[in-house]
Amino acid sequence: MRSTSRFGEYGGQFVPESLMYALNELEEAYRTIIPSDEFREEMNYYLTEYAGRPTPLTFCRNLSADLNCRIYLKREDLLHSGAHKLNNALGQALLAKCMGKQRIIAETGAGQHGVATAIAGAALGLPVEVYMGEEDIRRQSQNVARMYMLGAKVIAVASGSRTLKDAINEALRDWVTNVQDTHYLIGSVVGPHPFPSLVREFQTVIGNEIREQVMAKEGRLPDAMVACVGGGSNAIGMFAPFLDDPVELWGAEAGGEGLAGRHGATLCGGTPGVLHGSYTYLIQDAFGQILESHSISAGLDYPGVGPEHSFLRDTRRVIYRPVTDAEAVDSFLYLSRTEGIIPALESAHAVALARQIAGGRGPDDILIINLSGRGDKDVAQVAGLMGSNP
Amino acid sequence: MNSRIAEAFRLGEGPLIVPCVVAGDPSFAESLQISRELVNAGADMLEIVMPFSDPVADGPVIQQAGSRARAAGMTTDRLFDLVRKVRAETGIPLLIMTYANIVVRRGIRKFYRDAADAGADGVVVADVPLEEADPFCAAARMAGIDPILFVSQTTSPERREQILAKAGGFIYLVAALGVTGIREDLSPQSIDLLNVVKERTTLPVVPGFGISTPEHVRRYAQSGADGVIVGSALIRMIGDRGSAGSGPGNRIGDLVRAMKLAARGG
Repeated sequence: MRSTSRFGEYGGQFVPESLMYALNELEEAYRTIIPSDEFREEMNYYLTEYAGRPTPLTFCRNLSADLNCRIYLKREDLLHSGAHKLNNALGQALLAKCMGKQRIIAETGAGQHGVATAIAGAALGLPVEVYMGEEDIRRQSQNVARMYMLGAKVIAVASGSRTLKDAINEALRDWVTNVQDTHYLIGSVVGPHPFPSLVREFQTVIGNEIREQVMAKEGRLPDAMVACVGGGSNAIGMFAPFLDDPVELWGAEAGGEGLAGRHGATLCGGTPGVLHGSYTYLIQDAFGQILESHSISAGLDYPGVGPEHSFLRDTRRVIYRPVTDAEAVDSFLYLSRTEGIIPALESAHAVALARQIAGGRGPDDILIINLSGRGDKDVAQVAGLMGSNP
Repeated sequence: MNSRIAEAFRLGEGPLIVPCVVAGDPSFAESLQISRELVNAGADMLEIVMPFSDPVADGPVIQQAGSRARAAGMTTDRLFDLVRKVRAETGIPLLIMTYANIVVRRGIRKFYRDAADAGADGVVVADVPLEEADPFCAAARMAGIDPILFVSQTTSPERREQILAKAGGFIYLVAALGVTGIREDLSPQSIDLLNVVKERTTLPVVPGFGISTPEHVRRYAQSGADGVIVGSALIRMIGDRGSAGSGPGNRIGDLVRAMKLAARGG
């Protein structure tokens, strides 16, 4: 099992001393509980019987004809809860239960991770409290309602930019206060070690399934794979099993208004620094103050990124490109109307980048897009942008 | 050879009172004035907090003070200007308290060199635990700065010993689990921890987090603390002053004086 505190120079454990107890305890649980047969059986039950894995790898006839190569979608939008976040939420909640924790806290941006954690908490009988920025509560009200229905408590965060970054700050403050009985169920491959490795562990099911499915359907590995990157968990989950293979890997970042304006493209437009426990690329000023990110999609609106992505950027194993708000909305509608699948605005960034890199490929090239979530949560927002001319 | 911090502990009568000021809150000039008030009221050491946009170890009082300071234009360059100006007026030890990214972004070695040049004696980095401490401690010692590390109630005995071996200046005892902020009661576990740490080190041991009243100071003084760090209880008064800056009221000075008295068994 892989559990290193650094990816190249990135990662680490930049947290207050009081939290080291919890990180060491979690690392120990990661090392001992996760490999056990009992844990694996339980996890397998929840992923298959409960969450609906494996998710399909859908060959898209219309998209393939339009883009002139073989396009597949990995359908994490069909996972229970509507996004890949549940893979990690179930895994960590189960781990927390095995560790004897009495309470789970989480942060959420788009609300997908909050919903996934609320589901996992309900299924496993653990109380859940979710920190969510006021700005995100406003733009993702449907997911807020879902969390209430699932019995979770949503705590509005009014500090800073009132988005995901500040929700993580508040969750960390809660954790440092209640460290002995609480598990912080972080939603992406960010935060201090061992979280980036732990979340990767639970999301790698995406890439493992893709490998099996594409070998069964095509008899070979794909030529290219594309995922969106906010914190980067769906991308790491997709890429991890392919890092040593001759497969192009592409990450779509939140280009927002473009890199000259407000954006969330940490790897394309940022510099290295320390945020939320990790040394990684950040959007920051010359003195190290973190700047507010911007994206049309709440799930990508984050001025940091998982430390492993920073390493993969520097080594150029993964190529990261910014996708603007306008391009994402365009691809949101494109996929909806071409294939009858409404993607999450986050995933629409991956679709947009796939459309860009499909050009110049041969008709036999295989390109896989991680459709990390469904777009029901975003339809009101996009309808609003379209105004009276839908 | 002896650092200014070590001298202050050696010469101090009773535990040292270490008040905090947030650099640039509510403005550069006013934070300089507040520093003067704290020194005049008898501060034995001064902790100057450099605000960071994402202070996960701080409660609302210091978060809001940091926001005010950053909105008023506080930067790391101006922090060192402030330290230099305070140093010109006083001989007491000066600490800088901040977060890792402020140090890392400037360059770890450069940050500690600049701190030393400005006249600071110790640097505390809230989110640098033992696991990440090496480059920070090395740069500190190279610059002649004391690297101050934390021990908490959740620190295991093995980690505690490693921290005590690596730290310089004094041990910052995290007196309450959670973030900085005003607390009514003092946790009995922090007294136990103080006793344990005192037994294990020759470095001075100084509790911080939640120390808000002269009574708290009295309790730690009776329990053998070598100093106390007082942050939110003072910084809240800055926020309460309002932007008019009307009548410093000497409330900050009054609290420091009352704590001094309590520290000496008064």
